[in-house]
Amino acid sequence: MIEFTAVTKQFSDGTVAVDEFSLVIPARQTTVLVGSSGSGKTTLLRMINRMVEKTSGEIEIDGESIYKLNPVKLRRSIGYVMQNSGLLPHRKVVDNVATVPLLNGVKRADARQAALALLDTVGLDRALADRYPSQLSGGQQQRVGVARGLAADPNILLMDEPFGAVDPIVRAELQQELVRIQRDLGKTIVFVTHDIDEAFLLGDQVVLLEKGGRIAQAGTPAEILSKPANDFVATFIGADRGRRALKVEVVNGRNVVVDADGRPTGVLQS
Amino acid sequence: MNWVVNNFDLIWQLTLIQVTLAIPPIILGFIISLPLGWVANRFKLTRGVLLTVSGLLYTIPSLPLFIALPAIIGTGILDPINVVVGLTIYAVALMVRQTADALASVDPGTRQAATAMGFSGWSRFWRVEFPLSGPVLLAGIRVVSVSTVSLVSIGSVIGVTSLGYLFLNGLQRDIPGEVISGIVATLVIAIVFDLVLVFIGRLLMPWTRADRARVSKRRVREAQAEAVLS
Repeated sequence: MIEFTAVTKQFSDGTVAVDEFSLVIPARQTTVLVGSSGSGKTTLLRMINRMVEKTSGEIEIDGESIYKLNPVKLRRSIGYVMQNSGLLPHRKVVDNVATVPLLNGVKRADARQAALALLDTVGLDRALADRYPSQLSGGQQQRVGVARGLAADPNILLMDEPFGAVDPIVRAELQQELVRIQRDLGKTIVFVTHDIDEAFLLGDQVVLLEKGGRIAQAGTPAEILSKPANDFVATFIGADRGRRALKVEVVNGRNVVVDADGRPTGVLQS
Repeated sequence: MNWVVNNFDLIWQLTLIQVTLAIPPIILGFIISLPLGWVANRFKLTRGVLLTVSGLLYTIPSLPLFIALPAIIGTGILDPINVVVGLTIYAVALMVRQTADALASVDPGTRQAATAMGFSGWSRFWRVEFPLSGPVLLAGIRVVSVSTVSLVSIGSVIGVTSLGYLFLNGLQRDIPGEVISGIVATLVIAIVFDLVLVFIGRLLMPWTRADRARVSKRRVREAQAEAVLS
């Protein structure tokens, strides 16, 4: 469990990225922070592994303040996956995956062996192990990034728009892969995105952020869809548009679901 | 040609001296520039100061420097150390800017990723930033290498013997073969040094070749595609 209590971050140029932010992120679930740019979502994520230091407030992991821990050790105990994979270009795929275990002092041969197994987990061919990141496609690089994030078997996995830079087809694939991995591993995932569809697809808990890290609404996708807290939320999730505003029409004695434009999207099963 | 054949031993001896005098300034220049370049790249304030000062070093004329050095560092007037120190100064002058640029060339995303993985500041520098700045560093060392090899000759004017001796002596005694052999030998050393540096670079930075292979493969594919289209 990760708990933010009245956390504020003011950058040296005076901008307040996050103002008095409080939130409980439950263990072994996926929490998605979603918002437009300037909502402070990435700042919040990076405060969890102290890449961004707080101005005030408190962040605890399982009841222990993260500010009592050495930041380098803390980061090695938390998985991190970022946009554009952030792989080290001068290291082979297998060594990239093994980065954190190697930093933790695991023997090279063991770390490489474990890294190969992780390639299986993220659905990559082991034949890619000896390639350099530049020799991989964007989607493959992103999978390697996920494998690297999982390598030290951390309880917590931070994901900063990990699928933002790949094309829609690969993105959909990677999202499904993450759903599968999470079903198997049950990590505490904190996922940042600006894509509300992605948030609803992946999140057990979705946190909608307004400017300055203000929580517009937090809840399950169903709660947010069924009861948007305010106009901002309704607009952000597109509650009144397209395939979020579904209606039922009876056709041939069956309940056909149509979207806001009247296009049928499916049939209700009784 | 006769002169060259008859004096091959002399040319070879002078070549070895030239090599011995050229290697220390290249290595020392690289090592000294590393912390200076790091500081220059790290802080805005120091960047301007360090790069200007190091740039100015290069404008010191070499001959007066070689003559003035013994008085400054207390060496004998004919001591080869004067040449080594003088050329190290020039190497630093060239390398500090190059090192700062090399470190700045590392992708900030990669640097952040390294931090997020849990590299400490020290290990992040040696295991991520330093190797990744390698290609730009290498480009700088190659320039320093060529410049140093040719500048060693100037030491002959102040009495530190090197291939420059062949040039001076050949001019005085009007032996074109001697002059040319000095120039050719210097060129050969410069080329050999460059090849060695490129080879070391390939050995230490295998990933840069992977990049290139990918690019050239893409070029081949594009060329093929064009050929099909036309």
